Amino acid sequence: MVTTSTGIDFSKLRQRIGDGLLEETVLLPMPCVRVKRAALAETLQFLRDDPEFRLHQLSELTVVDMLYLREDDRFDVVYLLRNIPNELRVAVKCAIPEEDAWVPTAVGLWAAADWGEREAFDQYGVRFEGHPNLKRILNHHEFVGHPLRKDYDIYRGHWCSEAETLLDELELRRRRFPERRNRTDEDPGETMILNIGPSHPASHGTLRNLVELDGERILYSIPEIGYLHRGFEKSAETHEYNQVVPYTDRLNYLSAISNNVGYIKAVEELCGIEVPPRCQAIRVILCELSRIMDHLVCNGANIVDLGALTNFWYLFNLREKIYNVIEGVTGARLTNSYTRVGGLWNDINDDFVEQTRAVLAEIPQHVDDTLKLVARNRIFLDRTVGVGKISLDDAISYGWVGPCLRGCGLDHDLRKSDPYYGYEQYDFEVPVGHQGDSYDRIMIRFEEIKQSARIVEQALDNLPDGPFRADHPMAYLPDKQSKTYANIEGLVNHFKIVMHGITPPQGEVYSWTEAPNGELGFYIVSDGGMKPYKCKVRPPCFYIYSAFPHIVEGEMIADAVAILGSLNIVAGELDR
Amino acid sequence: MTLFGNPWLHGFIMGVIVLSGAMGVAAYAVWFERKFAARMQNRPGPTEVGYAGLLQPIADLLKLMQKEHLVPFSADRPLFNLAPVLVVIAPLATLAVIPFGPGWVGSDPSIGLLFALALSSLMVIPIWMAGWASNNKYALLGAMRAAAQAISYEIPLLLAALVPIILSGSFRIGDIVAAQEGGQWFALWPPGPGFLAFVLFFLTSLAESNRIPFDIPEAESELVAGVTTEYSGMIFGLIYLAEYLHTFIASALAALLFLGGWQGPGPDGIHWMMLKTVLIFATIFWIRWSWLRYRADQLMSICWKIFLPLGLVLVMASAIWVHLR
Amino acid sequence: MDWSYTPLLFVLPLALMIPIVMLVLTNVLGPKNPSAAKSVPYESGIAPPTSAEQRFPVRFYLVAVSFLLFDVEAVFLFPWAVRFKELGWFGFGVMSIFLAILVLGLVYEWRKGGLEWD
Repeated sequence: MVTTSTGIDFSKLRQRIGDGLLEETVLLPMPCVRVKRAALAETLQFLRDDPEFRLHQLSELTVVDMLYLREDDRFDVVYLLRNIPNELRVAVKCAIPEEDAWVPTAVGLWAAADWGEREAFDQYGVRFEGHPNLKRILNHHEFVGHPLRKDYDIYRGHWCSEAETLLDELELRRRRFPERRNRTDEDPGETMILNIGPSHPASHGTLRNLVELDGERILYSIPEIGYLHRGFEKSAETHEYNQVVPYTDRLNYLSAISNNVGYIKAVEELCGIEVPPRCQAIRVILCELSRIMDHLVCNGANIVDLGALTNFWYLFNLREKIYNVIEGVTGARLTNSYTRVGGLWNDINDDFVEQTRAVLAEIPQHVDDTLKLVARNRIFLDRTVGVGKISLDDAISYGWVGPCLRGCGLDHDLRKSDPYYGYEQYDFEVPVGHQGDSYDRIMIRFEEIKQSARIVEQALDNLPDGPFRADHPMAYLPDKQSKTYANIEGLVNHFKIVMHGITPPQGEVYSWTEAPNGELGFYIVSDGGMKPYKCKVRPPCFYIYSAFPHIVEGEMIADAVAILGSLNIVAGELDR
Repeated sequence: MTLFGNPWLHGFIMGVIVLSGAMGVAAYAVWFERKFAARMQNRPGPTEVGYAGLLQPIADLLKLMQKEHLVPFSADRPLFNLAPVLVVIAPLATLAVIPFGPGWVGSDPSIGLLFALALSSLMVIPIWMAGWASNNKYALLGAMRAAAQAISYEIPLLLAALVPIILSGSFRIGDIVAAQEGGQWFALWPPGPGFLAFVLFFLTSLAESNRIPFDIPEAESELVAGVTTEYSGMIFGLIYLAEYLHTFIASALAALLFLGGWQGPGPDGIHWMMLKTVLIFATIFWIRWSWLRYRADQLMSICWKIFLPLGLVLVMASAIWVHLR
Repeated sequence: MDWSYTPLLFVLPLALMIPIVMLVLTNVLGPKNPSAAKSVPYESGIAPPTSAEQRFPVRFYLVAVSFLLFDVEAVFLFPWAVRFKELGWFGFGVMSIFLAILVLGLVYEWRKGGLEWD
């Protein structure tokens, strides 16, 4: 594989850590350095602080179990680092042996490492020395073993019954931030320890938060996630590439097609398949419609959390209408499973274009009805402006992406900065907030609805003709009459795709799309077989939610609910 | 005036009429709100039971009756069961002194308004009782909010109610209505303080009956169901019922004190009173389904920093008005 | 004799009957399948880590104390409100002084932060 194709110069790093730098390679499409464990901490520190790199965001942290790929060190710890404005990404890999599976923690460098490392520990049993709270995050605390290890049988399971009290984590946090407890000089009286969630009207899905309250004010918040963890990544490893698509529907179930597209884009990049323009345009249209629906639900539910139910219906009715259109194309409303490697399940239906136009025409009315009720409503402003603020630096460090990050004032959208599927040919704007509060996040979503509608309109105007899937042997079964029964290549091709499915070449890829919540990344490792060797999702709201305690501590309980709504946490992709 | 010659018999019959009227009003207030809200939200609302869902309240009542009466094991059982009973009594008894037209009144004692205000402020005690007895943190937080809100908003409510008392010089609701004869509704006349007092009374009534934007005690997105979290079946229905009665009473009082009660253009009578009450009642739900909810601390600062000073000014202004006239 | 209170005399016990009858009916008609899980206090589906019967912050009492003050004030205002025509400007002046003192108290409390409720 070409090592210098990315044009990033690591000579300064080599000077710094010497032979700690083992290899410069590529983790498609970004440069990758493989370092010794002893040099890992320094490498990460260097990459974050060096003015040439300034990789201020830990985009993803995961482990690859190399059990069946190589003889020696069993695990590869993978860090995907990123500088957002420069669109610079670098991967760092560190191999560690099974019997001594630890690496130094990166919590001090990026706040996102906190949950990232907990997840890697949970799934692979790799220890991160120095992590303040290294415990399971997605799996139940009574769970035994580390499920994403290759030798962990998917049919194994445990009966886990008792919920955690989380009081140990609360004690830990009290010791970490003792000043929050004494924020007033008077005696605050006794504090109350309260569970919010998992079964609570405001925990969208199944989130749990243990909060310590001083009156109505939150002193400490301990989130617990994983109530909806169903082992997406393990399931993906045991299914063929196209069979994984229905599993991706359940990630962000508010915009299933975005996940389909995000996943299939990664597989296509792994296989080197380029999809035809018509397919790209259809994917763009459906992704933007999904984005509209996602934002409609997010804002609608958020306003319900603030106490106004009527707006929810105004927005939800519109979503139903969009679903009618999508149902016509994919045959399903919620779980569409529309994409296939190299194309789509089917072409769009005949009246799709006019149906979509009809729905687009209705969007402004529904959105404006809601905006009229809230946008200049004094109560709404009092409840959202300046509430749930986070600084841009903190947001980046916590791994925030998408509308939430734009709310903090960073003008960044993957559709603009790194266009895929021809986004560069569409004319649209990226709304940006000012101070990173709930108000900014809500208003950005409203504006994005309108901008997405613009994109859909343009895409409909210039919908290319042509095939809806790539002319690639893996993309579809060859036609029976003219190929399979007519010549030997066709027959072999048919046989191969039926018996072996899609077999990308050995390698690994990290691919991203701008999903409604922000960067949705898929990190896929292929061993050349018909199933992904590893398929790691980078769900945007996993890292967004990890900042939740940081934001809500010190806020009122009523605001915590409104802030949670404005972050658009979808349990399906949070817990996977 | 007494029916049947015997004051005791009259009292008894009146009591029965008032209470059955109250139950009907409460049941159909729920129907009205559901239908009203549904129409605002592009939905049909109840349609299945009876014509336009008119029998829905009865079906709901029967359903609630057949639910299990659950008491959490750590709750204070007697208090837990007593609270909803007491919650209902206060608004039911208040209705007895609300006149709906000349003669359409259970009882019109000389301190009628005082009695009504006193009983409605009693609501806070059983609500607190329910919150404490549930031994549930959501209920406790809800009860704490309810108590703080009720006692805070009580004061501007009293001050706003003082304005018609000062203008008419009587606690008897009948006298207050009579003083607004000839279209001199207190909401319109005197022009400044009267109207402001009406607005103040309306807003504080919203707060007293826990309606949006002041519904923080039961804020379902934060506190699940506030005080009623642990209540199920009919015992929950009782608290629900009391809230609707309370809202209805607040609307009726606003109509009586500020909008001339049963007087109107054209023939006076109960039809005017009902129309005005329903209009205010609908406005409350209109607001409820269009606005958002305040946060607890914002709610309190509005009360103490805006409503209370405003109430004091209005009382003095109306006193000066009466003196100068 | 003022008979206008007799309906109230009947309304109160009759009003008591309604909830009691409903409670009895619901106990007769409703099912009774208590279980341990059902009777745990609801805390979002998790067994409560601590009891709910506990002290809460002192600020809540500040509101209650302020309420007492201003409610007592309202009690004084009520008799004045119905009889103030007889009392004339003198009564008005006295009441103004009384209210002015109260308003001063409110301003003091406001300045001191006693109205910040959280």
